[in-house]
Amino acid sequence: MTALEQTPSFELQLVAHRGYLLKFARLQLRNEAWAEDAVSETMLAALNKPMAFDNRSQLKTWLVGILKHKVIDVFRHNARSVTLDAEQDAANSHAEFDGMVFKASGHFAEAPANWGNPEQNLQSSQFFQVLEACTENMPPAMGRVFLMREWLELSSDEICKELGLSTTNLYVTLHRARLRLRECLELHWFGVKADSR
Amino acid sequence: MLFIPSCKEAAALLIANEDRLITLGDRARVRLHLLACKTCPNFERQLLTMRNALKQWRSYESTGLADDT
Repeated sequence: MTALEQTPSFELQLVAHRGYLLKFARLQLRNEAWAEDAVSETMLAALNKPMAFDNRSQLKTWLVGILKHKVIDVFRHNARSVTLDAEQDAANSHAEFDGMVFKASGHFAEAPANWGNPEQNLQSSQFFQVLEACTENMPPAMGRVFLMREWLELSSDEICKELGLSTTNLYVTLHRARLRLRECLELHWFGVKADSR
Repeated sequence: MLFIPSCKEAAALLIANEDRLITLGDRARVRLHLLACKTCPNFERQLLTMRNALKQWRSYESTGLADDT
């Protein structure tokens, strides 16, 4: 290989990250067209301000940083329909889910399992795939709120402002999201592992 | 007044603690419950595992350790 072939053009380096960026845009925005927009905007912003990076991972971190800003822009441009979704989701009673987790007496219907050594799980790429699938399975508005908190790392106040949610609705939604994630991980990761031991 | 909450209430407070500061009174009630309860300490550890997992996921995904799929 010649030296030229070893360093692909900036454009080609960007294209190599597109799929990855799209995965996160979809996960966060829950709307295919918005996700495509956010990723295109990210690519354009990167092309307008090309930077040299020593390695792939630095470029990726930079692109993810741009994407996070673009995703928030998309939320703002579509504020009306995002707010509607969030209100609808918060209004929907998910009481039946609480009913599955807890008995009427307030005890766990099924005792939370011992998840063992978490360090081992956190080394596994399969674990992160399960984590992503669990997040993807949340209803759209819940998934958005949860990822705004956990991926965009916004504060509660910022999320309420962006989505036009009351703090009560926000906390109810996050509560359900975390309970759901716990159930999903127990079912699809920790439970499976315990069985195969 | 301190009363010992049910598992459902204790779990709700433990989850709330992930996203906001819970009051000292609530904190004390949860501790009391955890001392008396056989199942909830596992729940508390699960939440901690989830918190660490999500943290790891953010850095794992954005530093390029993950395969581009």
